[in-house]
Amino acid sequence: MTIWRLIPFIAAALVLAPVGVIVSSFFAPASDIWQHLFETTLPLLLINTLWLALGVIVGTALLGISLAWFTAVYEFPGRRFFSWALLLPLAIPAYVTAFVALGLFDFTGPIQTTLRTWLDNDLSWFPDIRSRAGVIIVMTLAFYPYVYLLARNAFLSQGKRSLEVAQSLGFNRKQGFFKVVLPMARPWIAGGIMLVLMETLADFGTVAVFNYNTFTTAIYKVWFSMFSLHAASQLASLLIVIVFVVIVLEQQFRSRMRYAENKRTEQTQRIQLTGWHNWLVTGFVLCVLFLAFLLPVTQLCIWAIQSFTPDYDVTRYLEFLWHSLSLSGLAALLICLVVITIVYASRRYPGSVMRYAVRTATIGYALPGTVLAIGVYVPLTWLDGQLSELALRWFQIETGQLIQGTLITMLIAYLIRFMAVSHYPIDGAMQRITHSIDEAALSLGLSGWAMIRKVHVPILKSGIFTAATLVFVDVMKEMPITLMTRPFGWDTLAVRIFEMTSEGQWEQAALPAVTLVLAGLIPIFLFMRQTEK
Amino acid sequence: MGTVLLQLNNIRQTYGEQVVIHDLSLALQKGDIGCLLGPSGCGKTTALRCIAGFEPVSAGEILLNGVCVSSADFLVLPEQRRIGMVFQDYALFPHLDVAANIGFGLHRLTRVECERRVDELLQVVQLTNVSKKYPHELSGGQQQRVALARALAPKPELMLLDEPFSNLDVSLRERLSMEVREILKDQGITAILVTHDQAEAFAIADEIGVMHQGEIQQWDTAFNLYHRPVNRFVANFVGQGVFLPGRVINAQQIEIELGILTGEISQLCDSGCKVDVLVRPDDIVYDDASPLQATVIHKAFRGAEILYTLRLVNGAKVIALVPSHHNHVIGEKIGIKLETDHIVAFHRSAQ
Repeated sequence: MTIWRLIPFIAAALVLAPVGVIVSSFFAPASDIWQHLFETTLPLLLINTLWLALGVIVGTALLGISLAWFTAVYEFPGRRFFSWALLLPLAIPAYVTAFVALGLFDFTGPIQTTLRTWLDNDLSWFPDIRSRAGVIIVMTLAFYPYVYLLARNAFLSQGKRSLEVAQSLGFNRKQGFFKVVLPMARPWIAGGIMLVLMETLADFGTVAVFNYNTFTTAIYKVWFSMFSLHAASQLASLLIVIVFVVIVLEQQFRSRMRYAENKRTEQTQRIQLTGWHNWLVTGFVLCVLFLAFLLPVTQLCIWAIQSFTPDYDVTRYLEFLWHSLSLSGLAALLICLVVITIVYASRRYPGSVMRYAVRTATIGYALPGTVLAIGVYVPLTWLDGQLSELALRWFQIETGQLIQGTLITMLIAYLIRFMAVSHYPIDGAMQRITHSIDEAALSLGLSGWAMIRKVHVPILKSGIFTAATLVFVDVMKEMPITLMTRPFGWDTLAVRIFEMTSEGQWEQAALPAVTLVLAGLIPIFLFMRQTEK
Repeated sequence: MGTVLLQLNNIRQTYGEQVVIHDLSLALQKGDIGCLLGPSGCGKTTALRCIAGFEPVSAGEILLNGVCVSSADFLVLPEQRRIGMVFQDYALFPHLDVAANIGFGLHRLTRVECERRVDELLQVVQLTNVSKKYPHELSGGQQQRVALARALAPKPELMLLDEPFSNLDVSLRERLSMEVREILKDQGITAILVTHDQAEAFAIADEIGVMHQGEIQQWDTAFNLYHRPVNRFVANFVGQGVFLPGRVINAQQIEIELGILTGEISQLCDSGCKVDVLVRPDDIVYDDASPLQATVIHKAFRGAEILYTLRLVNGAKVIALVPSHHNHVIGEKIGIKLETDHIVAFHRSAQ
């Protein structure tokens, strides 16, 4: 059964191949287009990306840490509700928040229109939402839950206790927070920020709606308007270098988190806030939740209802929906199967080499979709050419394109990007099947398939289900890979949203967006149910 | 006699509807080590947290050096109390090395003074060789000593220890508790310890308060808790023993199945009244010549002694601690006699 042993290595190779293709393109001779890009747009791309990353980091850190601290340690009206409701923004894809913000705050949007009729004068003082600050605010509202979630974990397990230690050593609460609590939670906060950074660098939809040029939009444009796969790869190679640095940092923080892990102490009483402090905190938390979730969802619903005119093309919507669902289902099935074999192989044949293979295979999540699309497309096109040539030479058959124009390119790209998402829950479930459980089953006369069916499957079931759900929803929300590698006619909900929002038709994008938000709520409720236990 | 450092006057503490501490009073002399001993959920940790200032009291008052630090409508913040605390899980800072952990509370000293104090404490707890290590690289016992040194560093007036040895294995527990006692005595620190383990309490404390249902049942020395418990709860919770039914004859004598006991009676009542008499394993002495015979029904080898469970003629059971060279098999009859100079007896109806 040595074939099983190879699966993790094949998966790792699959992740490394597109990276290799992209990076090697950097050393290829520069094309004219590249020369042109280098002189004109590249400095702007770098500056834009840098500002965006910096702004979103600061924004999500401030929001995430403060919200986590309030909900983890204090007691205020609605604390119980808010502590999970603050995760809800994760259900809305960032590009949806983005187009809702544009539709709301743009010159022709309801806010400015209303203000104009009220104030009866020009609104030149009104800040332009289509700006760097606009993108940063939208992404902060979309991504802060990552920092919130991790920081809250840290604060819950050690926050109140470390505050007490600081107090017993003569520091007041404020000093204690900055001198003890914050430094102790640093690995978690940094881990959350790294996730935010990965999402920000990978983002395509949000910056595209805002016409804010970053690497991802540039790669897309170079490919589709200048038709230069080569220049696109070279752009992608620069982005990959940045992402690589982030990956290394993230792994470092994660290993430190393991050392710092504290045993969860029994929860002592929360600190009761009183008087105006009480309402200030509730007001602040409510404000964040309103801007990040309630407002966009309400506006989406209004638009969706408005768009539902008698001549609304329901069959087209159903077609997008069907494409999204079938594609996500197919991807979830494929990815879970691959990951289950990986997890079994690494359990059966442990060792450091195997560990590296698995770790490499699950690093694809950090690769931006635009980069992956190119990295997968280029070698597969080459392979396609080789295959048809072989077929012609040996069998005298005109095959035409075998891989291009099918779902294969897209599915492979999904596989690379989302293996990590399903690896975490499946591997977690597998950890619970210790070797002594296997031995206990053997000693009771169960072996082979009987053991897998009666012992392994029941234990793994919920982990696999969680993994499949996460992949399903992630694929459904995925935009750049789908946009760049889909076969002709395979428009999904995300693609529809991209096309409609590119033309500023917010209402038309609303119903697909509402559908995606509903799907996005599923993993959040799953997560909640798991943590409630 | 020294002066009273810590005094709790009828404190009461509630979590919403639930009353955690009913009515707690105690006084601790400067330089003494006190202990709150009780089963889990008796409110002992809450009492400690009230003293530290982490929890408010709903009634009563806490005095430190005669000055009120907690009452129903007044609370001195924990950081202003000069009270050191060793937490049950140690709560060491994982991002700081041993020296930095110990020096953490010395923010009012200059760098040189701080270093000197840290060195001094490293020597006191014998951790000089690991001063640059991080908490996760230390053993449980070493972590415990770092936690102690960190709390000692700012020279607190009072030290609180919350189940300080519960995370250590039994063999280490005994050694460390003696070490900790020596360090505290050496530094002249007044301390209160909270634990559910009586061996630990006996090893470390000068005075022990047995707690039950949010109240101190008896505040006394280890010897008195064992030999002169004031009520059934203390008698049951501290040490081993059984109650045998008896009848009071006069101020000095009680008749039980094993014969007539003579001695000072703890809780006197009229002659003829029915009582339960506490018989500890060490009250029963092995004696081959004794006419009093009992059947061995269970034995546990303890090394120097064997703990026998014996059945008396009428079916009552007693336990006896016998030097281990007197080895008997189960079912055998052995001779015993009673040896007491003080009788612990409670009215049959009394709790």
